[in-house]
Amino acid sequence: MNPVLHIKNLQVSYYTDSGRATALDNVSLSLNAGEKLGLVGESGSGKSTMALAMMRMIKQPGRIEGGQVFVDDEDLLELSDEEMLKARLSRIAYIPQGAMNSLNPVMRIGAQMIDAIKAHEPKAAKADMEERCKQTLESVDLKRSVFKMYAHELSGGMKQRVCIAISILLKPKVIIADEPTSALDVVTQRQVMETIDRVQKQIGAAVILIGHDMGLMAQFVDKVAVMYAGRLSEVSSVRQMFTEPKHPYATALINSLPSLDNKGVFQGIPGLAPSLLRLPSGCTFHPRCSRVMDVCKTVRPDPMKLSSGQIVACHLYAEGA
Amino acid sequence: MATIAVSQPQLRQPSKLTLMLRYLRRNKSMVFGLLILLFLVGFTVIGLLTVDTKDAYPLSVRGKQEPSLKYPLGTDFFGRDMLAAMVVGMWQTALIGVLAGGLGTLIGVVLGFISAYFGGILDALIKGICQILTPIPAFLIQVVLAGSLDKRSVTIYTMAFVVVLLAWMAPTLVIRSQVLSMKERQFVSVAKLSGVGDLGIIFGEILPNLLPFIVAAFVGQVFVAVFGSFYLSVLGLGPLREPLMGNLIWAAQGQSAFFNGWWWWPIWPSLAMVLILSSLALINMGMDEIANPRVRRSE
Amino acid sequence: MAPLLDVQNVTKIYSRGVLSKSSTTALNNVSLHLEQDKPTIMTVAGESGSGKTTLAMLLLGFIAPTSGQIFYKGQDISRLRGDDRMTFRREVQAVFQDPFAVFNPFYTVDHLLSVPIAKFKLAKSKADAHDRMVEALTAVGLRPEDVLGRFPHQLSGGQRQRINVARALVLKPKLLIADEPVSMVDASLRASILETLRGLHDNHGVSIMYITHDLTTAYHIAKSIIVLYRGSVMEAGDVDKVIKNPEHPYTKLLIDSIPWPDLSRRWGETEIKVRETEGTATGAGCKFAPRCPFVMEKCQSAPPLFQLDKHQATACYLHESKPQINADRLSELLPV
Repeated sequence: MNPVLHIKNLQVSYYTDSGRATALDNVSLSLNAGEKLGLVGESGSGKSTMALAMMRMIKQPGRIEGGQVFVDDEDLLELSDEEMLKARLSRIAYIPQGAMNSLNPVMRIGAQMIDAIKAHEPKAAKADMEERCKQTLESVDLKRSVFKMYAHELSGGMKQRVCIAISILLKPKVIIADEPTSALDVVTQRQVMETIDRVQKQIGAAVILIGHDMGLMAQFVDKVAVMYAGRLSEVSSVRQMFTEPKHPYATALINSLPSLDNKGVFQGIPGLAPSLLRLPSGCTFHPRCSRVMDVCKTVRPDPMKLSSGQIVACHLYAEGA
Repeated sequence: MATIAVSQPQLRQPSKLTLMLRYLRRNKSMVFGLLILLFLVGFTVIGLLTVDTKDAYPLSVRGKQEPSLKYPLGTDFFGRDMLAAMVVGMWQTALIGVLAGGLGTLIGVVLGFISAYFGGILDALIKGICQILTPIPAFLIQVVLAGSLDKRSVTIYTMAFVVVLLAWMAPTLVIRSQVLSMKERQFVSVAKLSGVGDLGIIFGEILPNLLPFIVAAFVGQVFVAVFGSFYLSVLGLGPLREPLMGNLIWAAQGQSAFFNGWWWWPIWPSLAMVLILSSLALINMGMDEIANPRVRRSE
Repeated sequence: MAPLLDVQNVTKIYSRGVLSKSSTTALNNVSLHLEQDKPTIMTVAGESGSGKTTLAMLLLGFIAPTSGQIFYKGQDISRLRGDDRMTFRREVQAVFQDPFAVFNPFYTVDHLLSVPIAKFKLAKSKADAHDRMVEALTAVGLRPEDVLGRFPHQLSGGQRQRINVARALVLKPKLLIADEPVSMVDASLRASILETLRGLHDNHGVSIMYITHDLTTAYHIAKSIIVLYRGSVMEAGDVDKVIKNPEHPYTKLLIDSIPWPDLSRRWGETEIKVRETEGTATGAGCKFAPRCPFVMEKCQSAPPLFQLDKHQATACYLHESKPQINADRLSELLPV
């Protein structure tokens, strides 16, 4: 089966006053239709940059310097500006962090939803569009009356579900949700995540969930991709990630999670993430790695596929190691 | 417990000069404003050192002379050396601007702080007075005031006073709103937890963060002061003997300078006024970018 | 010995506007106390609007209660003056949620540490002060030379929060109010920050009030827990008991909704039985009634605390067969 999303060798840098920061360094990923991928990493690991790059929303001083982003075999990076405008929301949708705060406070919800459809289907009939919007609202568990309401009349969770509704209006193939529940309380968070799950099954889209809450990943995604300092460390199924992570960074992340069984045991990861302006040579994780070898300091490990199906970028698993 | 990993090599920060130049390149209005100001200041300073200031007053030199080598800017009907007049006039304008502007800003800062930090009746009072006085047409009041003063008691200092009288409300309200929002900031709470008292918070925590606003308010006040002194003197309400730009223009009007062919008389003061006000306005616009983060364009 | 902290029937009501009568009860009749000689870590758990931040502000003396009193070492904190007030200030400290907001952007990060050292006279000389700062920064896993002299915007969120915790280390208060100290910090850093906080308790006898909405971290660090909802206590007791065997419908809902990083504990197993009403609970009834799947007629009047166990109590009529316990005896349920 052809993957619906295929990212190849994506390279993004930011040119700042202090020099060149490599935000994404040769990252490749693929996703099948209906699959849910969790993109995890610390702040500065490149996960949000990845989302922006896929949507071609990287602004100066950032620049996409290389790579391809295939959605249904069409490279988004090759499209003209106008074609990309059309592709956004209809082929690939993005729910940014704090999306609920970016709803227009002076427009009714329905008007904003219709705006989104009109931008892509200027000739659609008004009554049709309205009906579609109301049905989409129902699919995210909101009442049809929300169509006529204003953003401030809704709670945080409801606003976030409106954003989800807007993102699925045109039935995109790929939905990227960037920390969609970070400002919500735990009960609402669960409601929102279950909503995303349901709508995704309905339209058969692939979902990328960006975040750093491994618990959320455990409850929601099929695959987990771990990023560190702009590079991909590991991609495993969610089960493999939690039971047998391969990359030392992923392993440390899993070990640092509090669980109900080992009360009181804390295992942090020593050291700090490197600045993207001054990445360590070889493997970017080597200064903090408990299993560092000499080769790690000079040679950059490329991602490779293991027999278990997991993808790891670590010299520990190189042939003959 | 966490051990410490290898430290990051110190990042190569670009020098302060480079950062400043790069910023100036983005903020063109500030640059132009500053350049014009530099030129005007240079003119005034060099002028004060080289020119005989007595010649700025009537009956000092031969009148109605065209610009020549001896009198590069010509002389006027009353026997003023225009060059000397310009130099002294600029200096006096600067004095009014800084005095009135400084006073207005000081009042704004003090009242704004008191109003915002202590709240209650004081706040209601100060805010109320500001809000009542603001819509009053300052121009009208200034004209009436200046007009009712005895001609001999009008000096540049009374001019400054008249201008400040109705200009202090704006900086007060601006500083007040800034302090109101700033005192709710968490670093103020933390300072309180660290044992810092009210005065310490005002001067140590809040005031330093207000510097951009205070400077911006000052530039605005200077502009208002200079402009105010200009239109009052153009109406003949200023200290008539002094060679303020407005006075010169008023006198030139009174003597029908253009009709009589003495074109140089009103031209220099007009030009000077345009330059002064433009430079202040440009700097003000430039300051807005610094003081108002939302206007700031990031590279 | 007078208790370290004695909160007696504290209620905080915010009224809106001069003309309208609408008001919000941020905190409703909460009592608890902490002993001086038995430092403990207590969690106050709740979501936004639960009153937990109001409680923190009350304990720090930033706001005054509408009714009820707060005593620190036997003295009413609203009446403290002079030296006594300075002592209270020094001994009751906080670590806040937002790592950036606590720094004054005009100064370097040193300011955060140097000001309290100077004000509370914690060092004998400039060199001594510097040493203490270095010691605290090292203890939280930072390299002092990387951090001192820098401005807050030049450091990462994790570094900033670590400096916040270092400040607590330098001050060594008697009571530390930690208001969501790790919620804005990356998951990988949370462990070490919580570790440091626990170290403060274990090694320096600091009592910590850990305020959070994240029950997973609360479970690991605290001994006792109070669950708040819209200002009222829903359930309280030993943290193990309450989290493993929640009795109040609200606590059950909370625990069920936690995304445990554990594949054997999936959300799908328990359905969220919650009614979504946009209305808020007004009047004197149980605050959770509008959303409670077990709501009954009698819930229109606020349920008292029913003691289920030596170390667990819940305010819910579902357990009305159990003995009632007065709100001001809440602390007896909380183990240390």
